[in-house]
Amino acid sequence: MRNAFVRSLIAQAAADERIFLLTGDLGWSVVDAFASRYPDRFLNVGVAEQNMAGLATGLAQAGFTPFTYTIATFASMRPYEQIRNGPILHRLPVRIVGVGGGFAYGHAGMTHFALEDLAIARAQPGLTVIAPADPAQTAAAMEAIRTVEGPVYLRIGKGGNPEVPGLNGRFALGRPEVVMEGSRVLLLATGAVAANAIEAARLLHADGIQAAAAVMAHLPYAPTPELTALLARFKAAVTVEEGYTAGGLGSLAAETIAQRGIACRLLIRGVHASPAGRAGSTAFLQAAERLSPEGIADSARTVLTAAPK
Amino acid sequence: MKKVADQDVPRAARTFRRWIIEQSRRSNVGHVASALSIADIMAVLWGAVMKAPGTGRPDRDRFILAKGHAALALYCALRWKKLLDEKTFETFCGDGSTLGQHPEHALPGVDLSTGSLGQGLSVGCGLAYGLRARRNPGRVFVLLSDAECNEGQVWEAAQFAGHHRLANLCAVIDLNGLQALGHTKDVLDLAPMADKWRAFGWEAVDVDGHDCGALEAALNADHGRSRMVVARTVQGKGVSFMENRLEWHYRNLTDDECALALREIGPA
Repeated sequence: MRNAFVRSLIAQAAADERIFLLTGDLGWSVVDAFASRYPDRFLNVGVAEQNMAGLATGLAQAGFTPFTYTIATFASMRPYEQIRNGPILHRLPVRIVGVGGGFAYGHAGMTHFALEDLAIARAQPGLTVIAPADPAQTAAAMEAIRTVEGPVYLRIGKGGNPEVPGLNGRFALGRPEVVMEGSRVLLLATGAVAANAIEAARLLHADGIQAAAAVMAHLPYAPTPELTALLARFKAAVTVEEGYTAGGLGSLAAETIAQRGIACRLLIRGVHASPAGRAGSTAFLQAAERLSPEGIADSARTVLTAAPK
Repeated sequence: MKKVADQDVPRAARTFRRWIIEQSRRSNVGHVASALSIADIMAVLWGAVMKAPGTGRPDRDRFILAKGHAALALYCALRWKKLLDEKTFETFCGDGSTLGQHPEHALPGVDLSTGSLGQGLSVGCGLAYGLRARRNPGRVFVLLSDAECNEGQVWEAAQFAGHHRLANLCAVIDLNGLQALGHTKDVLDLAPMADKWRAFGWEAVDVDGHDCGALEAALNADHGRSRMVVARTVQGKGVSFMENRLEWHYRNLTDDECALALREIGPA
């Protein structure tokens, strides 16, 4: 996904002289392609994320469209107040790119797991929050945010994220993208872990359970008509996100169901407690939180037993 | 050092002080001493140094009040420049007023909303870098408090400006030696302040923060890199019973104190 991001950025920068890339000393082999092509619009600001958020605010006030790039934890949490008081408060077109959301940096351990970035980003009504599922959707999201006036938090995977079958790079703000049809239960996922949800739907189909699967890459502050309409079609749903279960996609679905009066039983699948002290591959860490395809499929079976008839 | 030719600037500083006292009494809010301590700096910046500040001109000089709690002094400057009318000025801290205890960019003439210490200089660096990249002649002035330099982000910005030799950036520290709970030298000693900035690659100068001529010369100097003007000030300057007294970081004025303060400041 990070390569898809930087390819899109390079393409956009050719036509849009406002585009500027800042990195907090991260992105070896990723940001170089941009830096060599547009040296005047690239800055490695050093390991200083708070300052980077302030610099981006100032650059945006000077007429640029700055993208800040670093690992999702450092992109979102370290400079959270600076983002709030800068680009959000002043409605500036700063794009905060957090690379390696969830367990993408699995071997790096807890300090590098971005588990609450989506929740804290979504807590700001003036921030557009997007976690694409695959490289093609990352490119589509990059296209879509060109017209977003205020700031954006774009949480992307690291490298090696597969294309999600059936998604075909679809993306629109506020809209879930259905990638597999089904009538009994909805699997609604965000971010790179969506690939596991789609695989879970396939497992359920093979087991005779008609599961639908959809990707909700944009996590809006409030329910959207498109999300409401999708959830209203189901009596059971499982949300899937690589992060803590409060404040993110599960919360968005719960708020939609409750506030719109939808008769849908919801199971929020994500990280329920601190995974401190456990490192490993992304797949291992996902499986430990039942975010593997099998774990998600089991969650669907569980929620079906509790769903209204 | 070059002296200010006419008396407009010291007169403006006196006017600011009167307005600060009168409006603090009217609104019954504190932070009086912090505003008084920068009255001369503000008068020099807004009266003799900055080009078209607070206007919509793209090539204007920008001003960031990093020590946002002294917003009343900024409102005085805006009023003095006729960018803010008297009636609106007098809504300071009233219900629904745009003029809070910290400045918001929703108020015309305010370039940046501030109030959370340590964040203004980074934005100033981004602005200065961006304006330079766009060949915009506008300069950026950032006014910090001394205790604000306790914040780590200030030193991130200090590294950046020093490294990139942002000659269009000028910062001022209101070195009044007091912070919320005591003397800066007792909380976290910041001395030697100017040397710290020099070590980060800045051109730094110590001046008397109430000497308008010295301030103007220091603020207008161009050394080809970022400049730090360490302005030695007295918190509550101009009102004897407020000078260097911690309680005036918080206290409101009584009518008698207000009258006495205005007498000491003298006519505008």
